[in-house]
Amino acid sequence: MTALFEPWNETRGAEIIAEHANQEGATLVILHALQEAFGYVPEAAIPMVAKALNLSRAEVHGVFTFYHDFRHKPAGRHVLKLCRAEACQAAGGDALAARAEATLGVSIGNTTADNRVTLEPIYCLGLCATAPSAMLDGRLIGRLDQKRLDALVAEAQR
Amino acid sequence: MSMRVYVSRDAGAVAVGADDVALALEQAAAKRGVAIEIVRTGSRGLYWLEPLVEVATPQGRIAFGPVTAADVPSLLDALAGNAPHLLRLGATDEIPWLKRQTRLTFARCGVIDPRSLDDYRAHGGYKGFERALSLGPDAVLNEVTASGLRGRGGAGFPTGIKWKTVAQAKADRKFIVCNADEGDSGTFADRMIMEGDPFLVIEGMTIAGLTVGATKGYIYIRSEYPHAVEAMNAAIQAAKRGGCLGTNIGGSKQTFDLEVRVGAGAYVCGEETSLLESLEGRRGIVRAKPPLPAHHGLFGKPTVINNVLSFAAIPFILGEGAKAYADFGMGRSRGTMPIQLAGNIRHGGLYETAFGVTLGELVDDIGGGTFTGRPVRAVQVGGPLGAYFPRALFDTPFDYEAFAARDGLIGHGGIVVFDDSVDMRRQARFAMEFCAVESCGKCTPCRIGSTRGVETIEKVIRGERVHENLALVEDLCNTMKFGSLCALGGFTPYPVLSALKHFREDFVPAPTTLQAAE
Repeated sequence: MTALFEPWNETRGAEIIAEHANQEGATLVILHALQEAFGYVPEAAIPMVAKALNLSRAEVHGVFTFYHDFRHKPAGRHVLKLCRAEACQAAGGDALAARAEATLGVSIGNTTADNRVTLEPIYCLGLCATAPSAMLDGRLIGRLDQKRLDALVAEAQR
Repeated sequence: MSMRVYVSRDAGAVAVGADDVALALEQAAAKRGVAIEIVRTGSRGLYWLEPLVEVATPQGRIAFGPVTAADVPSLLDALAGNAPHLLRLGATDEIPWLKRQTRLTFARCGVIDPRSLDDYRAHGGYKGFERALSLGPDAVLNEVTASGLRGRGGAGFPTGIKWKTVAQAKADRKFIVCNADEGDSGTFADRMIMEGDPFLVIEGMTIAGLTVGATKGYIYIRSEYPHAVEAMNAAIQAAKRGGCLGTNIGGSKQTFDLEVRVGAGAYVCGEETSLLESLEGRRGIVRAKPPLPAHHGLFGKPTVINNVLSFAAIPFILGEGAKAYADFGMGRSRGTMPIQLAGNIRHGGLYETAFGVTLGELVDDIGGGTFTGRPVRAVQVGGPLGAYFPRALFDTPFDYEAFAARDGLIGHGGIVVFDDSVDMRRQARFAMEFCAVESCGKCTPCRIGSTRGVETIEKVIRGERVHENLALVEDLCNTMKFGSLCALGGFTPYPVLSALKHFREDFVPAPTTLQAAE
């Protein structure tokens, strides 16, 4: 399942911001909502958030860049996250990560040239008793092995 | 009468096919004209048996696992004829791995429907809350203190003292914050309880609110846990509809409301002051303490901030009394700890037991060693900031002080098992690298030291002036340990130094005669 995002639209962006702006400490809430709608946080939205929350543009930019989740640009059509934390390392995650990189031809943290797959690390999905684990477009997969990984990568490339 | 079947909706079970099994059961039953009621529960925590399917019988629940969608037709045959089945595990409560546990916090997890407030109440839910209401705040504080409960997030600070400080603080507003930013690899107890028994967290936080005089609470859940976010939100809505949140809760004059906030992928936000900054909508930069969050917490107001498991222990303590909880445990570690067995382990999952069980029992006996079948070489206890323990230290009892005495920590109770293929140089390097990526940047030893640490360990890996560089790593660890405000910079030395100390042979090439003569 590919997530469908709206193209950036200032009016729609303003609506989303206004919807959450009266909550206390709303910055993260708004950034999440923008990313959910557009698939990333468009640069044009940053000054709009700042204005709505009576913050400086620098403050909002600082929050936006602090957190790993927020995207500067849209991801590929599919996002494959591989858990790279210790429990998955102990269960053979390093070799699987290397295999995914080789198959897709990109290193972790990048998107394939055809824009089909973004391969990302994730530091712990909390599936540590069924390691190694992964997440494809929000779907969880545990007990990953070569065969399952290959199927997952093939699915993402479709 | 329809057949009642239980299949977990826990993320760990779903990741290995629980949804497919539930769907297959539904379709196969419909095809056969068998009336079936599928209840989606949390997980029992026996992850090597997931997807676990349980069937209600007059003699109690009978378990089957691990079940795949392909097993469903034969499973239905067995159920119809009460015939044997290859995956039949017998009565769930009699499975030794489960029977040996002391489940106080996880008593309902995997048993009830986490979406049903009625189910929660039918299994003893809100009994603690009722008693807290009748006791009044002062007596509740005494109970929490007498239970000996210490913060389950890792720091082990006495919960009663924290609550008392907030109760005594004077302010126009106070807050209850639940730290559900369970970022440590090898830990999943918070996730399990939020997905499997979310009303327990709500009840614990509500008791905290009426005890210290707070009317608003936040649950800060990491974004890597979408299932937990969904489960908590659904439970909060159900609790509001059921009169357990909002005004006049449970027929009292008390008001308490809850809101879920979602993190954004920053490990450091599991540190309480960083979490508060994040909740306020800022970068998760650690605050200096004092002032303590109990005095000057969320939005500058007195705040109780506790881990999920701390709040989840409260309803039992209030419901059954402090003594019933404190009777378990050893030394200053009272009650039970939900221990999480993870990584390369045969029987991984959630094992709640009284403090005092040894590391060896947990790894070899309960965990059954590695799933690869190779010898266990190292176990990391307490997440990315926890020490690596060798077999020689497997007699260490699970207890805050006993682990500290051996330069380790129990943290949030996660145990990650590695077999003998592990290269401890890589693990030491990873600890530094993780710190470098996740550092909030406030303290120089953490921000810069971790990067220098990666570089220096890489030199060791390449064999460049090994002894000199190892001495440098040790010195750097010392600086990080004493020069960082929070546990990220302060505890990253634990995995690094323990790897160096207990697994020296991985770092230093075998001595030659020439070196021996020097």
